[in-house]
Amino acid sequence: MRHDTKLTALLLLLASIHGVAILAGFFSPYSYREQNREVPLAAPTKLQWVDGSGAWHLRPWVESPIAGGALVPLRFFVRGSSYSVLGLFGSDLHLFGVDEPHRVFLLGTDALGRDYFSRLVVGAQVSLSAGLVAAALALTTALSLGALAGYFGGFIDSAIMRLVDVFLSLPWIYMLLAARAFLPLDMAPGTAFFVIVVLLGLLGWPAPTRIVRGIVMSARARDYVEASRGAGAGHFHLLWRHILPQAQSAIAVQATLLVPAYMLAEVTLSYVGLGVGEPLPSWGNMLADLPRGSLLGAEPWTFAPAFLLVGVTWLYHSVLSSLGGHRFIKRRRRDARLT
Amino acid sequence: MSRTGSSSWFCIKCVLAHFIVFSCFAVVGQSEQRGGRLVVSETSEPKHFNPVTAVDWATKTVVGLLMADLLHIDREDQKVYPNLASDWGVSEDGRTYTLTLREGVRFSDGHPVDVDDVLFSLRVNLDEAINSPQRGLLIVGGEPIRARKLGARRIVFELAEPYAAGERLFDSFYILPRHRLEASYESGELASAWGLLSDPEQIVGLGPFRLEQVVPGERIVLERNPYYWKVDEAGEALPHLDEVVILLTSSEDAELLRFKAGEIHMIQDLGFRDFDALDAESSFGMRDLGPGLEHNFLFFNLNDRAGGEDEALDTRQSWFRNDAFRRAVSDAIDRHSMVRLVYGGRAAPLASHVTPGNKFWINRSLVVAPHSEALAKESFRDAGFRWNEAERLVDAEGRLVEFSILTSAGNRPRSMMASLIQEDLKRVGIEVTIATLEFRAYIDRIFQGRDFDTALLGLGGSDADPNPEMSFLLSDGGMHVWRLAGATTLPWQVEIDRLMHEQTATTDIVRRKELYGRVQQILFDYRPFISLVSPHILVGARAKLGNFRPGILPPYTLWNAEELFWTR
Repeated sequence: MRHDTKLTALLLLLASIHGVAILAGFFSPYSYREQNREVPLAAPTKLQWVDGSGAWHLRPWVESPIAGGALVPLRFFVRGSSYSVLGLFGSDLHLFGVDEPHRVFLLGTDALGRDYFSRLVVGAQVSLSAGLVAAALALTTALSLGALAGYFGGFIDSAIMRLVDVFLSLPWIYMLLAARAFLPLDMAPGTAFFVIVVLLGLLGWPAPTRIVRGIVMSARARDYVEASRGAGAGHFHLLWRHILPQAQSAIAVQATLLVPAYMLAEVTLSYVGLGVGEPLPSWGNMLADLPRGSLLGAEPWTFAPAFLLVGVTWLYHSVLSSLGGHRFIKRRRRDARLT
Repeated sequence: MSRTGSSSWFCIKCVLAHFIVFSCFAVVGQSEQRGGRLVVSETSEPKHFNPVTAVDWATKTVVGLLMADLLHIDREDQKVYPNLASDWGVSEDGRTYTLTLREGVRFSDGHPVDVDDVLFSLRVNLDEAINSPQRGLLIVGGEPIRARKLGARRIVFELAEPYAAGERLFDSFYILPRHRLEASYESGELASAWGLLSDPEQIVGLGPFRLEQVVPGERIVLERNPYYWKVDEAGEALPHLDEVVILLTSSEDAELLRFKAGEIHMIQDLGFRDFDALDAESSFGMRDLGPGLEHNFLFFNLNDRAGGEDEALDTRQSWFRNDAFRRAVSDAIDRHSMVRLVYGGRAAPLASHVTPGNKFWINRSLVVAPHSEALAKESFRDAGFRWNEAERLVDAEGRLVEFSILTSAGNRPRSMMASLIQEDLKRVGIEVTIATLEFRAYIDRIFQGRDFDTALLGLGGSDADPNPEMSFLLSDGGMHVWRLAGATTLPWQVEIDRLMHEQTATTDIVRRKELYGRVQQILFDYRPFISLVSPHILVGARAKLGNFRPGILPPYTLWNAEELFWTR
């Protein structure tokens, strides 16, 4: 029960982070590409509850970094730059903001005067989707090929396993560099990155494929599978109804490992300048922009993406460890014992 | 004496005593101390110690300390001074240079230098089989420079055609010890001689230091050359320092931390934020040398291509070939913001490829106008473009104007420049995509595929003279990146070719400056490339290092290593 509560809390937290990422345009007060060239590397704007005359307010006030530091009230549900939610519908409503021409930079600005908070939230969209899309692709491929190899065995198994060996020996970083070089130069940065993420996913299927294959091989020989086969069940029915459900927990564990791994791959690619192209932000390219080591202390807000990245990664691992005690797995173990 | 008078006298005495004591400290503080060790750092390991095949900066830096040239460019005032040659003369037709070797100069093993060593060095550098990077510089008018002996210490160099500022060719033309290298040259092994693991005693030169110890992957230790010929103003033998240690450091970050911790004594190629932070500390002598010779620019793909293969690129090239369009793009770019945001104000906006750091050759009549969006829009209108209902720029046929900027990965300043250009052009209705490629892929696209729209590049000159710019400016030059096809019929490019050839053959410096100024004017008028900014050279050393005279020509800091000393 305790595990269930913990798992639910973690899943809720993860869901809320992903929710913010999906609604990035709403939560970010400005466009991620808007340059406020007069205030590069501005410090975070302080929220105050006392106005210029010393009166207290429920609504926070901010000292605008524009126009001589005037105190202006923070407003909620304001109209601003337009954005789209998952490409489905557009809006220009933002959670908070201040009156023009003032600005509120909750986490300061980057070297080009772009709002760091807005970039961080939009960057979450890119980085998290990189992990999810690549992991989904890798696991779907692994599930399909692992099931085929484990269930049919023989030549199909040998062929798929040799393919696994080939893919495991590929120098993926060079493959990605080559792939980027062949993409059209006028491809939008988001599209170019999506292609790279798809490639990442396609390169990551071999390890989970081996796991799925092992589970399927073990499950296909069980009595209830044989009984079902004897009753006339077809291959698809056997796989879908009786065998693949055995791989659920393994897939869940693989997902919790792969998603943060792919997020970190995005960081690595961005660090060498081959991740998401400007002006689109990602946690990776924001980390790559950090100033040199000795001066890091001068702009502490630039740590934010790193903290978030580590935080989300930690969450995934916590989910993984919690799954170990989850009743779902317990039930599977019990089922396994019974069969 | 009154009480007031006594008190005044006491005050005067105190002030005098203070003054004397502090003056003494100041004198002692500045006084030079012979000996000591200078520790510098390199982020990549020198490949070898062979001056004939040195290409990378790490190798060139060490070789520069071990070897000496006949004439040397002072990196501070950019003029040529005698070095191993005590004097030189040039014939009236500008084709013959006569140099006289100093008397009594010895290699670091004590062997005397003679004219045969100079002849040997020229022969080796010109040998095609060795493929020395100096070879190209020693070929003038399509023919190698010829040399002949004129007595025991005099040597004559003959050029196929007049070559302006030919004396600059002798900078970094290192004199090799024939007695040590002739055998390996005859056996065809010279190109691979003097590797990192060679016996230090075998590596002999005429520089202020000689090799003492090499610990691969860790450090290179150079000791003072006891046979070095140069003396200081007081007549004391140079160098002042006993040792120079080159530490190999994994990254620029680590180098910065080591400098800050006092483990290394000099640093160069600093970013403005690091420079500002170090400048605030008194233990460092930080120097902002102003704009160097690095020229960052955006260039258009004006290569001749077979039409029809890529229709979209054909369309974009039709815009790029419009002189007024290129000027309008240039007008739309805010260079002053680049200076402020990319380099924290420590850079200069550029009107042409000649930077303000090149004080003599720059055409000062060309100025960077303040950025104006309205002016830029006017320029696009003049170029035959207009805006559609969505405020997007379209050409005369109604096609949306959009193109890509190619840049190389891992170069943060250039990536920031690309972002600023993207935003500037968006303001005038042009959508620009930034394409970042790994460096080799980026170079291939420009030099091999030639299938790009525009690209950002930075070229750093190693000399202030216009002659090294020939390959960049001549239509058949290897670095003529905006159009690599060869001969051209464009009148303005033909004129540039003519002017550049004429200035090379002119020995009158005033006339040369006039011709080169005209080249800059033409490039400013037609803008096949858009000059952006030139960053300042930011360097530093421990405050106690005397005679630290960095210059804007590479190597910025160690070029006068023999003069450096520690103050007490």
